[in-house]
Amino acid sequence: MSSAAFSGNTAEQQWVLPSRGRVGMFSLIAAESAIFTIFVVAYIFYLGKSISGPTPTDVLELPILGTICLLSSSLTIHLAVRALRNAKVGAFGLWWFVTLALGTIFLVGTGREWHHLIYDKGLTVSTNLFGTTYYSLVGLHAFHVTVGLIGIALAMIFTIFGKVQPEHAERAEIFSLYWHFVDVVWVIVFTVVYVIGR
Amino acid sequence: MKRSQQAHVPIHKLAGIAVLLAGVLLVATLCFGAPADPSQIPNIFRPQSTPANSILHLSALVLAITALIFVVVFSLLVYAVAKFRKRDEDDGREPAQVYGSNQVELAWTVIPTLIVLVLFLATARVIHSIQDAPKPLGAIEVIAIGHQFWWEFRYPALGVVAANELHVPVSNPSNPTPTFLTLLSVDTDHSFWVPRLAGKTDLIPNRVNHTWIDPQETGLYLGQCAQYCGTQHAKMLLRVYVDSPEKFEQWAQEQRKPAIINDAVEAGRQVFETTACVNCHAVSGTVADGRFGPDLTHLMSRDTIASGAAPNTRENLRAWIQNPDTIKPGSLMPAMQLNDRDLDALTDYLMTLR
Amino acid sequence: MSSETIALSTVGQDARPIGERLHEWVVTVDHKKLGILYIVYGIVFLVIGGIEALIMRIQLVVPQNHFVSPQVFNRLFTMHGTTMIFFVVMPLLFGFGTYLIPLMIGARDMAFPRLNAFSFWMTAFGGVLLYFSFIGGYGLFGAGNAPDMGWFAYAPLTARAFSPGHSTDFWTLALLISGIGSIGTAVNFIATILSMRCPGMTLGKMPLLAWLNLIMGGMVLLAISPLTAAQIMLSIDRYLGGHFFDTQAGGSAVLWMHFFWIFGHPEVYILVVPAFAFASEIIPVFSRKPIFGYPVMVAATICIGFVSFSVWAHHMFTVGMSAYGNTFFTVTSMIIAVPTGIKIFNWLGTMWGGKIQFKAPMLFCVGFLFQFLIAGLTGIMLATSPFDWQLGNSYFVVAHFHYVIVGAILFTIFAAFYYWFPKMSGRMYNETFAKWHFWLFFLGFHLTFDFMHIPGILGMPRRIYTYEPGRGWEIWNLIVTIGVFFQTAGVLAFVANLVWSLWKGKPAGNDPWDAWTLEWSTSSPPADYDFAATPAVRSRRPLWDLKHPEDPDWKYE
Repeated sequence: MSSAAFSGNTAEQQWVLPSRGRVGMFSLIAAESAIFTIFVVAYIFYLGKSISGPTPTDVLELPILGTICLLSSSLTIHLAVRALRNAKVGAFGLWWFVTLALGTIFLVGTGREWHHLIYDKGLTVSTNLFGTTYYSLVGLHAFHVTVGLIGIALAMIFTIFGKVQPEHAERAEIFSLYWHFVDVVWVIVFTVVYVIGR
Repeated sequence: MKRSQQAHVPIHKLAGIAVLLAGVLLVATLCFGAPADPSQIPNIFRPQSTPANSILHLSALVLAITALIFVVVFSLLVYAVAKFRKRDEDDGREPAQVYGSNQVELAWTVIPTLIVLVLFLATARVIHSIQDAPKPLGAIEVIAIGHQFWWEFRYPALGVVAANELHVPVSNPSNPTPTFLTLLSVDTDHSFWVPRLAGKTDLIPNRVNHTWIDPQETGLYLGQCAQYCGTQHAKMLLRVYVDSPEKFEQWAQEQRKPAIINDAVEAGRQVFETTACVNCHAVSGTVADGRFGPDLTHLMSRDTIASGAAPNTRENLRAWIQNPDTIKPGSLMPAMQLNDRDLDALTDYLMTLR
Repeated sequence: MSSETIALSTVGQDARPIGERLHEWVVTVDHKKLGILYIVYGIVFLVIGGIEALIMRIQLVVPQNHFVSPQVFNRLFTMHGTTMIFFVVMPLLFGFGTYLIPLMIGARDMAFPRLNAFSFWMTAFGGVLLYFSFIGGYGLFGAGNAPDMGWFAYAPLTARAFSPGHSTDFWTLALLISGIGSIGTAVNFIATILSMRCPGMTLGKMPLLAWLNLIMGGMVLLAISPLTAAQIMLSIDRYLGGHFFDTQAGGSAVLWMHFFWIFGHPEVYILVVPAFAFASEIIPVFSRKPIFGYPVMVAATICIGFVSFSVWAHHMFTVGMSAYGNTFFTVTSMIIAVPTGIKIFNWLGTMWGGKIQFKAPMLFCVGFLFQFLIAGLTGIMLATSPFDWQLGNSYFVVAHFHYVIVGAILFTIFAAFYYWFPKMSGRMYNETFAKWHFWLFFLGFHLTFDFMHIPGILGMPRRIYTYEPGRGWEIWNLIVTIGVFFQTAGVLAFVANLVWSLWKGKPAGNDPWDAWTLEWSTSSPPADYDFAATPAVRSRRPLWDLKHPEDPDWKYE
């Protein structure tokens, strides 16, 4: 069988399809968004329905520093990726490190906030509906931040050993999509938990 | 290219045989499978109450429409299978390659949409008429509380607490006395389903649901819990006794009275009140006021025990107390580990709680 | 013959030691082997799930039977449902998809082969974990800790207070793990279909199987996640003292239902859409015509995908939602009937004017059309919520959904088996065996599931281990049980056919059906690399164009 009958008159060099890494990452983000949506819905549904215990207004304080850090880290990771695309591996390493630091500050902030809530305000996951939904939602987000930071840390180690090159810019960008997603989720969680819900 | 083998199996013949077989089976079972008492069949198509009746009428419309659709599409399918079979004498050429037809596809989009519209409008009316029915002045109010695996019925206005067997007065359409039930649960989800009287409504903990029935003929209507609630979901049966207004009044009066004190069964009453029975059961007028299990003040006014699991006879009562698992394995009443003498005395005592 | 059609290996000719061959299967990332692994896995659990059904039907054959205890029965119906959905139908569908998609779009493998393997093994482990629950607790006879809360695990029955053992946890963990596998597979399907089509195969030119699996993949991403979320919440309740579904602390049992059914309803469309895909590939080939109305088939399925996310509370009509709530979900549930009905008409339109050959794949597809029609109509009955207030949670619903899952989905899976078995194994199956399979199974199916509607109408609820005599249910339960034996015979004929044909079947050649999609241009079985040279296509039926150069498809659509 000749393959000529297959090819027809399609000019093969014009056949461009979306990158599978991008499609895969967006698919994963879609699935994760659905998970977060359910936790957000549960949080909103149970606002005001706790039959006892502290309410959001009683105990929550705006996590300003952490939020600024996390949202800035989106900018810094974008700068890192752009640097790598422009073959500036050094600048990439710098911005990548800043991203790691900012993300870590956010996590530490969450940890301290939780410590305060548990030991000073007596709010745990089993205290009441607010406790259950708050720790679950913020915790799920913090878990995703942690996973992201582990990935960033690994890439940081590879960078230090000189393994990261400009041809990896596409992969770095796809990874950064995940990080941007984590930030977008934080915007939503922040709004729902600390602004609307309080 | 190899010619594929013809299908020599006579498809129509076999299909016909299958249909015939099914038909014969159907007729045979209709003739020989009919049970003794048709009124005991909780058949949704033999309603005796307005909600069930409204549903029957709506379902008639739905069945008519779906039957029509079935006949049309099935005929097309049979026709296609018969007419467009590859014949033995086929010339081996491919048939006309048709890719679609805008007109036909439009038609079979528009027509189903219209059918859906009609169905929806009819349905919306019935939903509203059943769910938003106003409660008339003469309505009987019952609070039905679901337990694992029995029903508690309270009539607040009448001061009655009963279990498992629901008594309601018959409702005369000119002067309606329907029964409006508030549905609650103390543990897991249950569902109140008496098919001839109404569709089912669930009893969900931490939620208040409502349903109503207005049975128009006296008699006994059977149902059971219709939402899986644990091990003995299957035997959480329902018996609804629709009484004449006089009989209902009489029943309510009897139920309101405290327990009969009969000195002849004093020994059994002692066993009852000094064993764990009082932790779960109530007998009004005595020290027993447990709420975990059914109220036993008028136990002997019921036809069945264990929420319909067994007829209310001395033997069954005794067996139940000795070990509930022999009748309803997995029910939440423990075996009381009584010796024979205590067991007999206790049974004698319970038999006096009319 | 050119180089892309050389057959490299057939079953039984691989002379390496068995250890090496098994090792290859365990570490493979080849989509074809993973597809076969999924399919074999699905068949094994089909037999197990079928045995569970058989035991239940024997228990229900007469009232007040004592064949199994209530505890065992409750575990059986939970395990049967969970097994059939998550460890039979989903693996079978994923298996066929994994095997076929790259071959049908002219790719050499899936987009992420290692993710493919990971997803399979996660799913496989989930099933093993679920069945491990039978051991321990009260031991095998007492069916151990196997889940017994029903496959939808309604709260608060799943709370520690009402389920003190680990039955709930086995259910949660097994499904969490296999859910990760499902999401991985969905990501893979979507990335493969969007990013790896061969030149010329625009989205409008790819086979319907690819389209429908793309849509299914999107649905999996959005539907499995709510289940995952709900199961995490349930575990927080059970182990960290949370109150998501703790009604004593103000939690809502209905919230669990919403979350579960936001997963559960799209899930059943996830199951049926790939079944549609099989029918859409097989019916045209055996009718010798292209699929009627390809663009509308795609549009209708996309519609179904979207609308399926808006109907979930039709599983909750009896929960006490307001009249507005019930009305809304009635509307959406009826609306979804329109695109679904369109597809049935399009399949009929494909057969119309054709030259139909009733080989096993087509027989099963005709059975599918007949049964899916009926299933859809009983679905409309259930969509009218007042009617559902009677029919819901009764054997009518059980009959309806078995009509869809067995009568429609399993029938197309059998069709797919017979259709692609020659491609996967290089051998033809035995047509006579296959026809016995069909007629035995068809008879058994109808004996069981036609008559199962009747007890529902007569007031028999589901999930009961026994029932009262004198309610008119006895004869129908008897007939339903008899049907199971015919279905068993049919499935045995099927398995025997597969095994026999693997060893004794005639060589199939590349294209035994004279079909038109790219997989039939490869050898049977295909070479490890699928295609020696990446094909390029100009129409939806590249092999038709090849075989009919004077009348190619690309001149018409």
